[in-house]
Amino acid sequence: MKTVEVAVIGAGPAGIAASIEAAKQGVEVVLIDENNKPGGQLFKQIHKFFGSKLHMAGIRGINIATKLLEECEKFKVKTLLNTVAFGLFEKNKIGLVNEDRKSILQAKKIILATGASENVLNFPGWTLPGVMGAGALQTMMNVNRVLPGKRILMIGSGNVGLIVSYQALQAGAEVLAIVEAASQIGGYGVHAAKIRRAGVPILTSHTVQEVFGNDCVEGAIITKLDKKWKPILGSEKKIKVDVVCLSVGLTPLTELAWMAKCEFIFIPALGGNIPMHNWNMESSKKDLYIAGDLTGIEEASTALEEGRLAGLAVAESLGYLKSKEASKRKAEVRERLIALRGGPFGELRRKLKEPFMQGDEIKK
Amino acid sequence: MSKELKFSGVISEEELKKCPGYPSEERFKKGPVAVIECIQEIPCNPCEAACPFGAIEIGEPITNSPVLDEKKCKGCGVCISSCPGLAIFTVDISYSKTEAVISFPFEYLPLPKIGEKAKAVNREGKIVTIGRILKIKKPPKNDHTPIISLAVPKKWAAEVRSIIIPQNEKERK
Repeated sequence: MKTVEVAVIGAGPAGIAASIEAAKQGVEVVLIDENNKPGGQLFKQIHKFFGSKLHMAGIRGINIATKLLEECEKFKVKTLLNTVAFGLFEKNKIGLVNEDRKSILQAKKIILATGASENVLNFPGWTLPGVMGAGALQTMMNVNRVLPGKRILMIGSGNVGLIVSYQALQAGAEVLAIVEAASQIGGYGVHAAKIRRAGVPILTSHTVQEVFGNDCVEGAIITKLDKKWKPILGSEKKIKVDVVCLSVGLTPLTELAWMAKCEFIFIPALGGNIPMHNWNMESSKKDLYIAGDLTGIEEASTALEEGRLAGLAVAESLGYLKSKEASKRKAEVRERLIALRGGPFGELRRKLKEPFMQGDEIKK
Repeated sequence: MSKELKFSGVISEEELKKCPGYPSEERFKKGPVAVIECIQEIPCNPCEAACPFGAIEIGEPITNSPVLDEKKCKGCGVCISSCPGLAIFTVDISYSKTEAVISFPFEYLPLPKIGEKAKAVNREGKIVTIGRILKIKKPPKNDHTPIISLAVPKKWAAEVRSIIIPQNEKERK
C-alpha cells in the first residue's frame, strides 16, 4: 500500500488550487482525477473570467487552467489521471481504480474536491439524441471542436446557460432562444446583454414542453408559464431545432463524503446536501477537508479560493506552515471569498455559507 | 440593481443615464469616450486596472459599479477588451458632421473587412442602420477580443452597440 501526506480527489479548480497551495509549503501531494486531463471544467471555459484583477480575472478559463497546471508541475504535485477514487475507508485509505488495476492509497489528510454534476429535466422526448447538458455541449464544442447541431434551444438562463449559448454562437450555431421558467433572467446582465445583442431572445416564464423527432431532435414545443409556473394552454409554440441544451443547475457530487460519514446539511439554494465544514474547509470527519462545488454550488473563482484555503489549512495541520503565518494567509483568502460573494448575486450564497466560516468549530 | 436588465437583458437609455459608467451629454460632445454598460454590482474589476489614465474606479469592495471619470477618459478604448462581460464601448459623436463612431468588442468569426458596409444592431440585436467598418484592432494583449470601430449616422450613436453576427447575416441573404 502506498502512502502520501495529502491526497486530493478531483483535479478541477478547487482540487488544483488546494494541491498547489499545500505543495508550495513543501507538503507531498497526490492529485487524483478520473479524467485523462486535469483541469475539470476550466478547459471548456474559453471566456474571460470575472473577479478580481489580482486573482486572474480577465483571463480566459482555459489559460487559467494552463497556468495552474504549470504551477502543479513546478511544485511537484503528483497527478494520477484516469484514476477513479471509488471509496474512502478507515484510516484514511482511498480505494483507486486505474483502468483495471485496483490499489489503495493511504493519506495523512484528504481533500475532497469532487465538484458537481448537471441536473436534468424530464419531458417527452428528453431521451432523443440531441438533448444534452450544457457541459456536454461545451465539451463537444470547446474541447473536441465538434458542433453537435446548427439550431440550438437553451433551457435555463443562469450564467452557464448564457455563457454556453454565447459560445455556441461563437462556434457558428444559431441559438433560437433561451427559455427560463422563472420570471427573471438568472445570470449576469452583461452576459444576457451580449446574447441579446447577437439577436437571441431570452424568454422568461417559459419552459420546454416537449421535444420531438424520429431518430433525433427535430424540434421542440415551448410554452409560456403563469405566475405559479403552470403552462398556459394555447401558448405553445413549435420551433425547429436540432439541439436542446439543458442548463438547469448543478448538484454536488457527495458520494465519497457520504461514504466517509461526514455530517451533512440540506441547503437547496446551494445545490442540495452538502457536507458541513468549518472555516478551514475541514469536514466533520477527522483529516477530511472539502472544497469547491461539493461544499455548495458556486463558481470557479470561489472554488479556487476554497481550494487555497483547504491547501493552507492542511499544510498548517501537518506542520509545514507556522500558525501565525497560516492565520494571516487564510484570513486573506477568506476576505477574497467574502468579496466574491458580494453584491446582489452573491448575497444569498454569502448568507448561506457564512455560518460555516465562523471559526474552527463546525456549526449546525 | 436594475430590474430592466434582469428581465430582458437590455438596458434602457434611462437606466444608462443613471449609470456611473455612462458619460454625460456634454462629455459625449467633446469626442471619444468610454461607455461602461455595467450596472449590476457583480464582483469584477479588471477594467479599473486596464485604464492607463486612471479614469475608471471600482475600489473596494469589488462589487462596486465602475465609475467613469469622464474628464480623465480619453476614449482610447483600452478598457474595451479588458471587460469579461463585453460591456464597455467607446462612442465618438464628434467624428464627422454626419457620423458617429462606435467601437465594440466582437468575438465572432469571420471578422468583417475594413471599409465594408455592415448591418449595425442595437442592444436587442435588431438591425437599425448600415454602418461602415473603419478599424479592427486585435493586438495580442486583447487576448482574442477584437475591437471593431464602426461609423454610423449620428442619430444612432446611443443605440448601435454591435454588428450582426456572421451566421445571422448568412440566414438573411
